[in-house]
Amino acid sequence: MAQIAQKDAPRPVMAGLKRANISWAWLGVAPFFLFAFAFMILPALSLFTGSFVDRQGSFTLDNIIGLSQPFILNAYWLSIKISLVTAIAGGLLGFFLAYAVTVGGLPLPIRNVLMTFSGVASNFAGVPLAFAFIATLGRVGFVTVLLKSLLGINIYDAGFNLYSFTGLSLTYMYFQFPLMVLIITPALDGLKREWREAAENLGASNWHYWRYVALPILLPSLLGTMILLFGNSFGAYATAFALTGGSLNLVPIVIGAQIRGDVLNNPGLGYALALGMVVVMAISIAGYTALQRKTERWLR
Amino acid sequence: MKKGSLWSWFWVALGAIYLLLPLTGTFIFSLRAKKDTLSFVAYQNAFSDPKFLESFGFSVLMALLTIIVSLLITVPTAYWVQLRLPRLRPVVELLTLLPFVIPAVVLVFGLIRIYSRPPLALTGSSFTSNILLIAGYTVLSLPYMYRAVDNGLRTIDIRTLTEAAQSLGAGWPTIILQVIFPNLRGALLSGAFLTFAIVIGELVLAAFLARPAFGPYLALLGQNRAYEPAALAIVSFALTWACVGLIQFLGRGKTDRDRGLAGPG
Repeated sequence: MAQIAQKDAPRPVMAGLKRANISWAWLGVAPFFLFAFAFMILPALSLFTGSFVDRQGSFTLDNIIGLSQPFILNAYWLSIKISLVTAIAGGLLGFFLAYAVTVGGLPLPIRNVLMTFSGVASNFAGVPLAFAFIATLGRVGFVTVLLKSLLGINIYDAGFNLYSFTGLSLTYMYFQFPLMVLIITPALDGLKREWREAAENLGASNWHYWRYVALPILLPSLLGTMILLFGNSFGAYATAFALTGGSLNLVPIVIGAQIRGDVLNNPGLGYALALGMVVVMAISIAGYTALQRKTERWLR
Repeated sequence: MKKGSLWSWFWVALGAIYLLLPLTGTFIFSLRAKKDTLSFVAYQNAFSDPKFLESFGFSVLMALLTIIVSLLITVPTAYWVQLRLPRLRPVVELLTLLPFVIPAVVLVFGLIRIYSRPPLALTGSSFTSNILLIAGYTVLSLPYMYRAVDNGLRTIDIRTLTEAAQSLGAGWPTIILQVIFPNLRGALLSGAFLTFAIVIGELVLAAFLARPAFGPYLALLGQNRAYEPAALAIVSFALTWACVGLIQFLGRGKTDRDRGLAGPG
């Protein structure tokens, strides 16, 4: 029957198919939703509820209030500081690099090499990245030894320490600025030649063009990407752990210690700590998405 | 333009130094395992450690299983959202963004809280722990896999392909497996390689679920040895390079933003 119907009237096939197979469609997306529920929503919810419950299992706000103790505030402050520093520095370096290979008019092969390398470097994080920086700038690292033997400078005597805030920032920068290059290059490509020509015809200098035309257009994208970079380093655990062995009390490191053995002496406080981290990440991703959308309206 | 060019060269030089110095430094450092000569001794030592092969093999297996699970979840979803259930798109896209909002260390915290006690005590045996690990890795890969698949579906006319297959009498499993999958090969491979790059050296999930994976092995090696970690850092970089290189090769002609982007572990 169905075959005859198909032969005679090819058009209604799609309509009939729509009704008959809508259940197939729901069946097709069901695994995704089940998976998302079991392995994302449920764990997140469990941490959320755990934050508002005391040891006896009754509702409390003590865990949230407990976040204001100095040890935890310091952890958040350290995480925010390193994320701000690497987001701004990485964002600026990435922007100038992207500028150089787009508007700056450098040869195309340089652009291609930079883009490929950025794709690799932004994915090269975690333990191997920490090893690379230890082998380069550690106490007996390649550059440390080279500077000592060639110029007689001992950077560790001069106050540098790889296993510190500065060292970790330098290491994070390795995946931060390439990510900026990858995201901001399309935005710079979207700057239209006509805009510059129009500005120049009206007597604008290069400075005027950047100050009043290009930067205002790029600003949402620049800010948005820097916010993304902020979240990118805020959530990073492996690089910091492998480099400092947990001696820098960043929020992820404290959470890790809490999972290993309840260092806070209060499970609820641990969940609240994780919840606070999710809130910061959610703000940063929402900010990035909103600002990126704004840019896309400009750069069609 | 001339003045601008000098400025541009300055930034590119700075960027190149930043990107290349740690790599060359690490490489030369890794060759110095034997005093006063350059040699590949550190590489030989690293590769001949049976624990290296075991943990690396384990991680490769986990990566492959993650890729399979991730594909099975994302491809039908992206397909049906595009073809039949467009009103689900905002929900699905929000869900695929969630892994960015939940950092790995928080994810594993939640997973342990849910799945380490009855009725769902998955952390009890190593087999069920592996299942939990693969589920966690699938979460980490979800944003990249879904975006790769979704972008791939946009470039082919799935409606026409589906209608053509149906008028030839194909059922849904045949359509997905024999028509849609092959047409998406490039996109699926990109997602797969990126997933591989994420999983192979991953530390957080594996360490806290106590799995014998490559990431925890590397971290331990770093505490006990000097030259072997440097050698394996170079190997890891080469692996990442291979994965991203393949992704970019598969994605030729796409915008730069579609190139592999992943966060740090």
